[in-house]
Amino acid sequence: MKEGGAGPLDACNWKFGRMMKTNTILELTVKNHSGVMMHVCSLFARRVFNVDGILCLPTGDASKSRLWLRVKEDLRLEQMILQLQKLEDVLDVRRHGASHAVFERVGKYFRE
Amino acid sequence: MKYTGAEIIIKLLERHGIRQIAGIPGGANLPMYDALSQSESIRHILARHEQGAGFIAQGQARVTGRPAVFFATSGPGATNAISAVADAKLDSIPIICITGQVPQNMIGTDAFQEIDTYGLSVPITKHNYFARSAKELFEIIPDAFRVAMSGRPGPIWIDVPKDVQMELIEFDEWPVNGAPDPSPAIDMRSIQDAATMINEAKRPIVYVGGGAIHSGASESVRALIEKINAPAVMTLMGLGALPTRHPLSLGMLGMHAAPFTNHALEECDTLIALGARFDDRATGKVAQFCPDAKIVHIDIDASELNKIKNAKVGIIADLNDAIEALSPCIGPKGSNDWNDRVDQLKKEHPMYMPNLDDPTSAYGIIDHVAGMLEGETYITTDVGQHQMRVAQAYPFERPRQWLTSGGLGTMGFGLPAGIGAALERPEATVVCFTGDGSILMNIQELITAVEENLNLKIFVCNNNSLGLVHQQQDLFYEKRIFAANYSRAVDFVKIAEGFQMESYDLGTCIDPVSLIANVLAKPGPALINVPLDVHHKVFPMVPPGGANSEMILRDKITA
Repeated sequence: MKEGGAGPLDACNWKFGRMMKTNTILELTVKNHSGVMMHVCSLFARRVFNVDGILCLPTGDASKSRLWLRVKEDLRLEQMILQLQKLEDVLDVRRHGASHAVFERVGKYFRE
Repeated sequence: MKYTGAEIIIKLLERHGIRQIAGIPGGANLPMYDALSQSESIRHILARHEQGAGFIAQGQARVTGRPAVFFATSGPGATNAISAVADAKLDSIPIICITGQVPQNMIGTDAFQEIDTYGLSVPITKHNYFARSAKELFEIIPDAFRVAMSGRPGPIWIDVPKDVQMELIEFDEWPVNGAPDPSPAIDMRSIQDAATMINEAKRPIVYVGGGAIHSGASESVRALIEKINAPAVMTLMGLGALPTRHPLSLGMLGMHAAPFTNHALEECDTLIALGARFDDRATGKVAQFCPDAKIVHIDIDASELNKIKNAKVGIIADLNDAIEALSPCIGPKGSNDWNDRVDQLKKEHPMYMPNLDDPTSAYGIIDHVAGMLEGETYITTDVGQHQMRVAQAYPFERPRQWLTSGGLGTMGFGLPAGIGAALERPEATVVCFTGDGSILMNIQELITAVEENLNLKIFVCNNNSLGLVHQQQDLFYEKRIFAANYSRAVDFVKIAEGFQMESYDLGTCIDPVSLIANVLAKPGPALINVPLDVHHKVFPMVPPGGANSEMILRDKITA
């Protein structure tokens, strides 16, 4: 990053950011209640950041859920992760590379 | 103990120190109102519109720094409250909106006054809750206070169905009150790096945002500024952190800053951003903002660092903690070439405020009111030309003295926010500078101010126009003035009379100075109409999207 230069959300970087097409997998640990999916999805939607894969199931005693998201790699992703971490219901955010198996394994249920 | 959900809400609010709640009752929150009627320690202020109630809460929270609560019913009560809550989100103000909701067995049936309040409030709150049982209120209410106050403050919304309000439960003890989370630990290496940058800076400027006010760090910020002897600029939200008349203050930066302020930023080599977020109204065209500067950015919100401008050193911290750690690592500086250069810029590019001596002029009214006010004072504004003029011309002395809608820029803010301030500070004088466009957006709250007999003085800067729209159309749309001028003028003196408020017209009085003095001296609410010429613009002005260096200094007609 260029010091003192425009940050990743500056207009000129937006187009460039959207051109990159690699997937990133995000693993979220969230509180398990009815509003949490809405909080997460609304955060992406209102920033016009497409989420093209979502998986969610409760873990352990069902007080928490694991939420997997597949998103496009983008210069705005750092900011998205910071915003996710600000959500009260999001307990943890981890970032995985495109090679993570979780979406590939469930892929067989999505064949036409 | 046996209490209903509604009683639990009121008791928990009492336990959290809430003493005044603005709101409006309706079908879905009547159990809460019934419980509130039995409270011995909470007063209710009946607003006339839920947005007014929300801004009253904002006024309370902005002057005290503590969370304020307001009530609304379901459906239209909730939708009316939205602008006030969204405004609090953008300006990081801790308010808690508690709405009634239709009973749970009717949710999803398009019941009377049913709306998806939880869904509507997601993007405009710091956090929101839907209470499914009276028992859940034991967690929700203290947690709402915790979240509202922790880190970067913000608004909370709690939606409570009517059956939850009426549910009777038995319990043994009250929950522990919500308290702010501890501040993040300081990264001493970043502090060292920041200190090195500041010590090596030749032309530093401190850029102070609303975070300095919210964190109660104004005194530390001032001490830091004085130690490094650096000029300081403030954002709209940061005004008051450093007194306007402090020798190192360059006032507000950005779209309507003094010319020397923006020129000084052009030349600075180190920008020390304290609780500021590089808003577009402050930076102008980002790529050309402080083009030669390395940036130290201290903020409690990690997502603000590197969001707009990349910082060389970013520190996630409470400002007080960060400055306490930073200060011993910084060598004091005496007067130097940079101070001389800034003085020269002040002479070469002065701020021009026309007709300051005339109390009936746009700047003159602000200057005269400021000169005549005595004792503890609070200033609220609405949004538009008058707001920018007050930001430019009013000599602010301390934090929390200045209440304005910064981020969302909500017309209609000034009057109810002034009511909130006056409710919390009954001994003080609260002045609301507003415009004829703005005050009409919450004019119904005039009667609330009268009912409460608040010491609130309203100056309507009246150009019978949406002045800032008029100004932009004149400057940037080839003078095609459209939908900015009102074809009929409202008689605000009569309107105020109808609300049983004392009112005066500065345009027809013989001795304006005496009139202003008498109005300010007499306790209680009053409205003063100040007729202004719509062709007088706010200058300087940076064209939207332009660089701060491209500011327009004055109009060909009015110069």
